[in-house]
Parts: sequence; C-alpha cells; structure tokens
Amino acid sequence: MKQSITLGNVTRFIGLAGFIETLKNVFAGKLDKDDFKNFLRKVIMPLASVLLFFVVWYLGANKLHEIEANHLINKALVEQGPAEAEKLRACIASGDKSCQPNALPSPVQVWGAYQTLLADHYVISADKKAFIEKTAAINEKRIANGENPITYTGRPSFVDQIYTSIITVFAGFLLALFIAVPIGIVIGLSPTLRSSVNWLIQIFKPVSPVVWFLLVFMIVKTFTKNSSSDSAFIICFISVGLCSMWATLVNTAMGVSSVDKDYINVAKVLKLGPIQKVFKVILPSSLPLIFTGLRITLSVAWMVLIAIELLAQSPGLGLFVWEEFQNGANDSNSKIIAAMFVIGLIGFMLDRIMLTIQKMVSFNKND
Amino acid sequence: MAYLELKNIYKTYGQGDNTTEVLSNINLTIEEGEFVAIVGFTGSGKTTLVNLINGLLEPTKGEVLFKGEPVVGTSHERGVIFQNYSLLPWLTVGQNVYMAVKEAFPKKSKSELQAIVAEYVDMVNLTPAINKRPKELSGGMRQRVSVARALAMKPEMIIMDEPLGALDALTRGNLQDEILRIWGKDKRTALLITNDVDEGIYMADRIIPLRPGPRATLGPEFKIDIERPRDKTALNDNPNFKKTRNTIIEYLMDIGNERKSEAKKEYVLPEVAPKSFVW
Repeated sequence: MKQSITLGNVTRFIGLAGFIETLKNVFAGKLDKDDFKNFLRKVIMPLASVLLFFVVWYLGANKLHEIEANHLINKALVEQGPAEAEKLRACIASGDKSCQPNALPSPVQVWGAYQTLLADHYVISADKKAFIEKTAAINEKRIANGENPITYTGRPSFVDQIYTSIITVFAGFLLALFIAVPIGIVIGLSPTLRSSVNWLIQIFKPVSPVVWFLLVFMIVKTFTKNSSSDSAFIICFISVGLCSMWATLVNTAMGVSSVDKDYINVAKVLKLGPIQKVFKVILPSSLPLIFTGLRITLSVAWMVLIAIELLAQSPGLGLFVWEEFQNGANDSNSKIIAAMFVIGLIGFMLDRIMLTIQKMVSFNKND
Repeated sequence: MAYLELKNIYKTYGQGDNTTEVLSNINLTIEEGEFVAIVGFTGSGKTTLVNLINGLLEPTKGEVLFKGEPVVGTSHERGVIFQNYSLLPWLTVGQNVYMAVKEAFPKKSKSELQAIVAEYVDMVNLTPAINKRPKELSGGMRQRVSVARALAMKPEMIIMDEPLGALDALTRGNLQDEILRIWGKDKRTALLITNDVDEGIYMADRIIPLRPGPRATLGPEFKIDIERPRDKTALNDNPNFKKTRNTIIEYLMDIGNERKSEAKKEYVLPEVAPKSFVW
C-alpha cells in the first residue's frame, strides 16, 4: 500500500476532508441543491463557529479588561487623589504597556505574544549557534584532554520547550508501551493471574498524576543519589509512563482474553503450539484493541505531562506555563494562552497520528 | 474394525441443576472411504456432535474411536471445515492456507509448502484471489478458502459442519460439486453435517437424521443407492431419489411434529446473564 502525500490525504488526516471537499465543489461549480445544505453544514457553520469563538473571546476579554481598569482607577482615586487617577486613566486608554491591568488577554494580544515567542526563538537559536561556533575549538581541546565539553546553558526558547515536551511524552509513551503491552498479554492469557492482580490495577488506575510523580520521585531520588546530572527528566517521563499505561494494560488484557472463539478453534484444529497460538492468532486478533488502548495512553500522557513538568521543574511546556504565570510580566498571560493553543494542537496531532496507525493495523477496515 | 466409531455418547453442558443433556446415546460407525451425512434441525446439537468427533470437545460419557484409538484433542488426520469459515481476517487467502500447511508438514521446505498452497488454492479456483483478505471475498469464496485450508493438510477424514449453510442456492450447488470432485479423487472418508436433505442425498452414501435435542439421538439410517457421479438435474426425475427424499422428509417432519406437541409443556428457563468483564 503506497500512499503519496496529497492535499486530500493531508486534509483527511487532520479531519478536514469534508470541509475541503465541499469547498472544492463550490469553486468547481458542481453545486446542486443537496450540496448547498452540505456546504452550509460543512463550510459555513464551522467557519461561523470559529468566528463566534473569537468574537466572544474578544468581547469577554474587553469586558474583563474594563472591570480591572476601573478597579485600578478607583484605587488610585482613593489612595492618590483625582490627579493621579486621571493620569492612570489616560495611560490605560493610550494602550501603554506599562500601566495595563492584568486580565484575560484578547485574541490580538495572544497573537502578538505568539509572534514575540517566535522572534525570541530566532534570537536564542542565533545565540546558540554563535555559542557553539565560539566554543568549538575549546571543546575539541577539552575532549582531547578527557574533560567535559562546554554546553550551552542559556534559557530555552518556546520552540525548544515544545521539542522537549514532545521528547518527554514519547519517552513516557514508550515506557508505557513496553510495560503495559507485555504485562497485558500475560494477564490476558491467564485468568488466574488476571484475578490475582485485578485489585492492583483497580487501585492504581485512578491515581492522580501528582501522586505518581511523588511516588516516582521517592524512588528515583534514591537511585540517583550519587549522580550529578539532573534527574528531573527521568522522573518526569517515568511518571508520565506509569500514569498513562493503564488504558493500554486493561485494553491489551481484554483484547487477549476475548479473542473470537472461532479463531481459537482454528488454532486448536491446526494444532498450533502455545507460542505460535499467541503470536499468530491471539495477538493479531487483539491488535485493534491494543491500539485503541495505546491511543488513549498517548492522549493521557500528553495531558498529564504538562502537570508533571510543572511539578518536576523539568523543562517543557508545563514549566513554561508555570514560569510565565510566576513571572507576571505584561504579556505573560498572553503567552500562557498561546501555549494553551499549542498544547491543544499538539495533543490533537498526536491523537491523529495514533488514529492513522490504528486504522493501518486494524483488519476490520473496509477499504 | 470401523474407521470412526461413536459408542454410547452422552454430552451434557452446565453443572448441577443447570445441566442440559444435548446428546444422548449416540452410536455411529463410519467405514473408510464412506461419505456420511447427518441431517438435523437447527439447534439439534449437530455442531456439538461434530466437535466431539474432531476433538474440540470431550464426551461426558462414552467414547469416540478413530481407527480404533480414542480421540484425544484435535488431530491433523481429521480436517475440519467450519460452518462460519473461521478464516483469520488479518491473513490473505494464501497465508491462511499456508499456516495450516506449515503446521501439517513441518519438515517440508518453504518452496514445497508454497507449492502445496498454490495447488489447493487452484483446486478451489481461487488463484486470482490468493493475495486478497477474507473481507474482500464473497461468502462462497471464503468457504472455498476454508475447504482449501482443510484439504491442504491432507487429512484422512474430512469433517464438514454445515459448510454451505450460509450460501445462496447457486453457489451451494457449485461448491457441492467441487467437494464431491475432491472427495472422489482420493476417496477420503467424509462426514457432512447439514440441514438440507437434498444436499445430503446428492452428496452422501448414507444419511442419518439427528433427532432434535435436548437429548438428541441419531435416527435410523437411510442408504442412498444412486450411482455416482450423480447429476443434479437428472436426480429430480429419479424415482429412487424422490422416494428416499420423501421418506427422510416425512421422518423429519414427524419428529418435528412430535417435538411441537411435546413443547406444550412449560419449561423453566435458566437465568442466564452475559459473562461480565469487570475491570
């Protein structure tokens, strides 16, 4: 099955197929009465809802801004007198950043913050590049002498944070995969084992990510006592993995234990050995369920990651959001909202990737 | 010594007060090279009987003897064609057959095995579809794959559990001929379970009705003395065929009526709930 990357494939991948398809028909003039309804439903309504979202956001943000501003002006009036209050009102009205109240940012401000973050990224990467060039010669010498090379320790840019977060979530996801799938298979195969570890699964499944983080911290702390390197990343991805693996574990066990009786009969009639039976009949038939579990695991991992990064002080989007919140600069709130959208979009992409893989391995597909 | 022998077979499901006796006092002998058909109503325990013979189930009482040896578990000597095809949906036609062949002849090389697969897939006229998955095939084609898979293991006995039950009449006719052709080629012993009297008469040497369960037993056997190869269209005018057909149908109708009159008494249904999967 060879697939080229076409516009159609890409839009189908991100779930916009109906939208683009209808739009194409409109421009090709192939629209009849039925298509008009479709056009309304698939093009006009989604666009309208996006527009509505931004309008509500914009108006809401303006209102909140107004309330905060009035509060500040009243405070100035009481504490510093009418002259100062008038000065502050003029300052706020002029849009000067130094006197703006701290409120929900409007879409325009968020867009501005997003561009600031990108610009900041280019500055930092240029900086980094310069640093690497500058230290190249020194590092060569240091390596030759058996010393550690000098690494760039400046602050990471927003894009670097995204990158770190994605690495962490994949590390956690792989950990979950390598723990949950084999255990799930073993549990699924043996009803005895299943009933004996059921309590454990039931109790640990609903535990909050925060508690998992603390548990992992207690254990990893002991192991990394003598190491000088930062263990935040290790703690972070192990917690993410442990917290998100349950969906895969349960789904794998269920898939393996509920294989169609017909397939089991086939395995018996063909006299497949136990290992053959597992690899040639049981696993392929439970693959769709395993992948459903993995898809849930990846979504949960991404959701939990942000909270755990924040707690673990491990670099990434979670830490970025927390630091911006602590920072309290003029555009901090805007940056947090920008990060929120980025987090949402990446979560969506991860889910789509898993869905595509799931469709590929599922033998029930209709095409 | 009979080739396959069932002696006083009883099979019950469930335990304690909830036991249902599905089969009761089944006695059956099949000689080598014979084609025997067992005809019965749906739900009369046909599949249970077939699973006892192929070794998927064990009788509660009595013995199943295959070539004088008691049947313990499944064996490559008894090939099974399942009612619902039971093809593995993630494998192609060729792979489904290959898997069976590989198990049956573990010592053969890969190319030899491939040759056997090709031969049997060709025998059921599915060579063009060898790389397709079961999902892409029609019901008749799927059942042909199932036939190829069972036969490619070169079993000494073929056990067919309503193999053509889900097919339309025309496909059914074609497949009947194909199965007969294959059976005629090297005269393997065959046991056909069916709910179609005509099919039984057309294909088998002997027809044995299964009286409906619970407590199903085998009825008196009917010998089919029609010369092979049988011609389906000519068969309709054959007086012998008509007579046998009418006798068997009358017999089955009688048991059906008996069952209906018996059914007036009220049964207390067991309280069954689906097995829950609690996690």
